[in-house]
Amino acid sequence: MDALIRPAIEHPVQEINTTTDTRDYLAKSRQDAERKGYADWLIVDVDAHHVETVSWPEVTSFIEDPVVRDQAKMYHSERVGAPPYGLNGDLGLRYQDVGGRIPHQSSQREKVTDTDVHRDVVLTRRAMHGLGVDYMVIFPTPMLFLGMHPQTEMEVFLSRAYNRWLTEKVLPGDPGMVTLVVLPFNTPVEALKMVEEFADTPGVIGYCVTSTRYKPVHANEYMNLYRAIEETGKPIAFHAGYHWQDPSLATCNTFLGMHSLGFAWCNIVHMTNWILNGIPERFPNLKSLWVESGLSWVPFLMQRLDDQYLMRQSEAPLLKRMPSEYMSDNCFYTCQPMEKSNMKALECTFDMINAKSNLLYASDWPHFDFDTPSVIYDIPFLDEQAKRNILGLNAASLFGLNKNGPK
Amino acid sequence: METFNVGKIEEFEDKSKKVVTIGDEEVGVFRLGKEFFAWRNICPHQGGPICQGRIFSLVLENIDDKMESHGRIYDNNKVNIVCPWHGLEFDIRTGEHPGNPSISLDPVSVQVDGDAVYLLIEGKN
Ligand code: FES
Repeated sequence: MDALIRPAIEHPVQEINTTTDTRDYLAKSRQDAERKGYADWLIVDVDAHHVETVSWPEVTSFIEDPVVRDQAKMYHSERVGAPPYGLNGDLGLRYQDVGGRIPHQSSQREKVTDTDVHRDVVLTRRAMHGLGVDYMVIFPTPMLFLGMHPQTEMEVFLSRAYNRWLTEKVLPGDPGMVTLVVLPFNTPVEALKMVEEFADTPGVIGYCVTSTRYKPVHANEYMNLYRAIEETGKPIAFHAGYHWQDPSLATCNTFLGMHSLGFAWCNIVHMTNWILNGIPERFPNLKSLWVESGLSWVPFLMQRLDDQYLMRQSEAPLLKRMPSEYMSDNCFYTCQPMEKSNMKALECTFDMINAKSNLLYASDWPHFDFDTPSVIYDIPFLDEQAKRNILGLNAASLFGLNKNGPK
Repeated sequence: METFNVGKIEEFEDKSKKVVTIGDEEVGVFRLGKEFFAWRNICPHQGGPICQGRIFSLVLENIDDKMESHGRIYDNNKVNIVCPWHGLEFDIRTGEHPGNPSISLDPVSVQVDGDAVYLLIEGKN
């Protein structure tokens, strides 16, 4: 070895873990954003998450029923080793981090010293900076299971408390943070009240139905709700989830198998009912958005429903066009997780779903299958305008966001 | 080609790593037994910080002669670095994904001379 040897510099972050600052975690994404010049693009992340249960005593203090609110308070102050009050779900079956391999999915224990705003605002800002996005739509996480809650009234109590807490305590911290109000969909009258109550609340850009539930979306009791949402001009989003206790998914022994199917399956069922019962014909101005199921299910369902519909038109008499046409013209989709091992299939999918106008970028940060904006930016078959549309302009049109970014 | 000193051999425990920066490049240097390996800190999946992930032994399915499964076990002779962004794993020796070898890490030349470990980076001169 000669005298020209220079010392290599030790990287300040040797191993990323649950205490790593989000800015360090996403440093490579930030570098990519700067290289690609995202500062000149509008980028809207239509699906990111925070862990609302970290703030659960705060959230449950917004429960309006005084008895239930007090029960939550006592539970949190006295009960040892219990999950958050009132939440149903899969308790210890959350294997998303693959046994510690993907630490950001487990927790974000990073230091936050800024006390001017809620901790979730700080974490969200860090993620927005890392991903290079201008707007981030914030969804809850464990509450995605609420549609399976045995007490329908608890879905009402908790979703209302969460919506109020989020819009009063968190969203005002940053104009780039927006949300879709969580609807207690198992109680249509209460869901309707929620739509009316939050229609003009700052930061609310639409309505969210958590998709893991067994109520059919075409039930007559939802028609007032759909009419009211249509009148607001804001979209209704079906946010997918999994439900391992579903009898067919219970045959899957791996999180990999169950999660791959579960996140698509719930939206496959709802979309089938949505289309075959002619909801787009009944409410032509109601925009539906299908979130976090990926995209590969859409061409499958289009072909499948078209094929069967032609043989059994009398069972879907409201339809005036092929099911696939409603799915491409009336429905919007988020791209995450972007399945792209076969680029030809992806190109065909983009074509079938009218991606240039109906596809929206979503990161799903901080979950294990999150996507950076590069999943769209790097697609070889898209021109620049299509990329700009998918990364932000389509969302700006759908949600009425400022095309120059938040003020 | 330029040479960079990444430290003494004794600074590396078996199955450990050090991530270093050299100009605008980041490289992970790994020790397995007496051997050293080095890979660029860019994941082929979505460009994540692969070398800043955790190290795990390869997982195998424990199948018997009758093809019945008895759960999963570690193969401690095969050691992977796991990308912290989405969990793709790569064999530290070969740089290949265990399920799809066509997905692999970008190698950097590493040399041991005396008691120290060096990286040889192309295009730096
Ligand atoms: S970027 Fe490494 S696993 Fe995705």
